[in-house]
Amino acid sequence: MNTLTKTEDQKTSQNPQTPQSQRVLFVTPPANILETAEGYILEAEMPGVGKDGLEITVENGELTILGHRTRHDLKGRELFRETRGLDYRRVFELDPSIESERIQARMEQGLLTMTLPKAEKVKPRKIKVA
Amino acid sequence: MSIIRYQPSELASCSPFDRLASLREDMNRLFDVSLPKDCSLFSGWSPAMDVHDDTNEFTVLCELPGMKKEEIELSVQDGTLLISGERKGTEGKEGETFRSERAFGKFQRTITLPANVNASEVKATYQDGVLTVHLPKTEEAKPKHIEVSVS
Repeated sequence: MNTLTKTEDQKTSQNPQTPQSQRVLFVTPPANILETAEGYILEAEMPGVGKDGLEITVENGELTILGHRTRHDLKGRELFRETRGLDYRRVFELDPSIESERIQARMEQGLLTMTLPKAEKVKPRKIKVA
Repeated sequence: MSIIRYQPSELASCSPFDRLASLREDMNRLFDVSLPKDCSLFSGWSPAMDVHDDTNEFTVLCELPGMKKEEIELSVQDGTLLISGERKGTEGKEGETFRSERAFGKFQRTITLPANVNASEVKATYQDGVLTVHLPKTEEAKPKHIEVSVS
């Protein structure tokens, strides 16, 4: 039921199909997931990624989020660096109750907010006793 | 007889334990300093930062995803840049939390720049969750080219 919470942590850091030398490294964006009666709300932090740099795919019950950074080449000498400059990737396994056709995504200041609605049939429904 | 440069014995033995003594002193002094109420050491988060030094200006990048422009505060004083603010949490949003990896609350970052900056000319932009601050150096701090004249 709660399969949305499962992530493939190994997959997010590196792509296992490619040989060692060609591996592309990614950063796993920190995420918050909230479950409501209507569905799930997923927030992922991807600073440096604009709306155009996002690639979100749903395939075989898996939600893949890819974020390409807009590169800023700064002039001058680097005094210090804490950012990693890598693209973001994270895979979530989707709960079967989620209607993938109705998934919505919004990108605001490097924060991706996705709403994943549950199908009508699994929503809690109160039954009145006649 | 060969000549050996004289070295005082205490200097020659630079064991790794010498540093431990100073570390211990630092540890002892750690709680002498009164910590501010909202000390980032215990509560808040520390956004990642990049600092670049160009001939005419410093550029500071700070990753602050999901904030509002008004929530970020910037100040420059005596060549020190202070970035602070508060990111509101998810209170008020209904639902059951499944995963909580994002940090909320107050943050504060200070950097002392190696040269003075012209505080009135500092410009900052906030796009895609990245704050970019351009800090032009003062005329005195810029490198000068001096011609050597041959008389």
